[in-house]
Amino acid sequence: MQLVCPAGNLPALKAAVDAGADAVYVGLRDQTNARAFPGLNFNDEELRQGIAYAQARLRKVYLALNTYPDSVRLSQWYAAVDKAAELGCDAIIAAEMAVLDYATRRHSQMARHLSVQGSATTAPALRYMHERFGISRAVLPRVLSVQQVERLCEQAPVPIEVFAFGSLCIMVEGRCQLSSYVTGASPNRHGVCSPASFVRWEEHDDGGRSVRLNRVLIDRFEPAEPAGYPTVCKGRFAVGGETFHALEEPTSLNTLELLPRLASAGVAALKIEGRQRGVAYVASVTRTWRDALDRYKVAPDRWKARPEWQAGLAKHAEGHQTTLGPYHRHWH
Amino acid sequence: MHAMKLSLGPLQYFWPRERTLAFYREAAQWPLDIIYLGETVCSKRRELRTQDWIALAAELANSGKQIVLSSLALIEAESELGVLQRLIDQGQGWIEANDLSAVQLCRARGVPFVAGPTLNVYNHRALAMLMEDGLRRWVPGVEQGAVLIDELRAALLEDGGSMPELEVIGFGRLPLSYSARCFTARALDIAKDQCGFRCIDYPDGLPLATREGRPFLRINGIQIQGEEITDLGPELATLRSLGVDVLRLYPQAEGMADIVAHFDLARRAPTAPPRIGARNGYWHGAPGMRSVDLP
Repeated sequence: MQLVCPAGNLPALKAAVDAGADAVYVGLRDQTNARAFPGLNFNDEELRQGIAYAQARLRKVYLALNTYPDSVRLSQWYAAVDKAAELGCDAIIAAEMAVLDYATRRHSQMARHLSVQGSATTAPALRYMHERFGISRAVLPRVLSVQQVERLCEQAPVPIEVFAFGSLCIMVEGRCQLSSYVTGASPNRHGVCSPASFVRWEEHDDGGRSVRLNRVLIDRFEPAEPAGYPTVCKGRFAVGGETFHALEEPTSLNTLELLPRLASAGVAALKIEGRQRGVAYVASVTRTWRDALDRYKVAPDRWKARPEWQAGLAKHAEGHQTTLGPYHRHWH
Repeated sequence: MHAMKLSLGPLQYFWPRERTLAFYREAAQWPLDIIYLGETVCSKRRELRTQDWIALAAELANSGKQIVLSSLALIEAESELGVLQRLIDQGQGWIEANDLSAVQLCRARGVPFVAGPTLNVYNHRALAMLMEDGLRRWVPGVEQGAVLIDELRAALLEDGGSMPELEVIGFGRLPLSYSARCFTARALDIAKDQCGFRCIDYPDGLPLATREGRPFLRINGIQIQGEEITDLGPELATLRSLGVDVLRLYPQAEGMADIVAHFDLARRAPTAPPRIGARNGYWHGAPGMRSVDLP
């Protein structure tokens, strides 16, 4: 299984490569990708250097072009596809049909991976993308149980990549308008979720804090309580007279213990989430998964998730909590 | 002035069998042009089974309305694909395709389809490609407002294409997101696998408020909706000038006959009707819930 790691800048890309990533995925400094955050991502020169660094070490660089352009902005996405080809990216990761179609027609030699944002959860959906746009890999939304991933690997027309670790979108990717409903800024259209410019923290006299997203109260924290980033899906709300994390707790996905099962299922690549995270995260998480994958390769029958791997990963998780998420039926 | 068509969108909630059948028996008498039938949210909801929906479609076809069978927005299991295949194979009419699986299976069978609001069509090229696949009508996603739709239309015409029928969500709570998780079961602290179909107790969804008591969202099984019932009635003139062909009204538990009558009157009246729901911020290029901040 290939290990695909995130990089939000050139130092993170180098750290991922040095720590053993087989491929690194990156984005440009605009709304063509789903982590369009201020201060993040690559300009042309950085991307050129990043590709040179990775390819000199026989690793790959994928460019995420996985947002949904409207008609007026389509040419900007086309230009990004051209840039990926010109700079020699090993693949683009795209979700939207016009972007995939353009890449297919203009740069047929450049591999096209279907992004998680494409919301394709079934073999027919993948067949559509394969027949229409010749995708050579698909990243699955984080909604399927491990049994469903296994079945899909058998039937899919292309190799499958799944999320292994990182922040957990609990909604079907590409199908979530919660940020958009509150702020007008959407993952699909603008590459952002709950952008920082809409976040307001309020300090209370007792030392507690409240956090609002465009004036909507997402959560309140006691003085000593850890406070996470305010996305709608991880806030606390009142339902039926009780206040709790009505959609999901602040927690991260960690599938380490499923590694043998994903490998047996024929999963082609494991993806680490977190282009918005720093160099330390990328280096540490990549190193752990590299070690885990290497040891599995040497002795699959004797492989066990080591406590020190799990402890290291938990340190990088939201709220220091991890979950198997939708891979495990109980999460549903 | 051509009268805009009125459609009854698929029932998003889970109602008891008799209530559902009675609702549609009444709806057959309402001044609607199109009725969408079927389960779009959760495949475990089986007060009406697939064969029941197909039979209901056949029965309602006699009302002179166009009947369209809607597909699940999120398909995970093979059994759900089997249901989708049966909807497509019934051979009576169009399908509302709410994911790419439905597009692929319709395309393979040559069955015309309506692109539902979760299909993610954001530009004219995607729309043109789906038209090659059999798309006949397009329901834009909830976050697309007047300007985006107008720009798409202009780009499509400039490319030598023509718009399919355009259907806009005119009334109802906006579907905002879908998950593998059932939030109704989570709220009731029960497992999804043993959920007891408790969403049947919430015929308009389960209200979710902020910690300061502001109504915010509705939990509807694996779907999250905005709390506000949006209403584009007062914007009918803009809708007409944009070439909107069909106005979609989502079923609510109470007063649906009056709501349909209100829009039927509005579509034939020269002046805009009074507002009976919330302003839809999205339509004006603002956050969807913008209306809460307005008088």
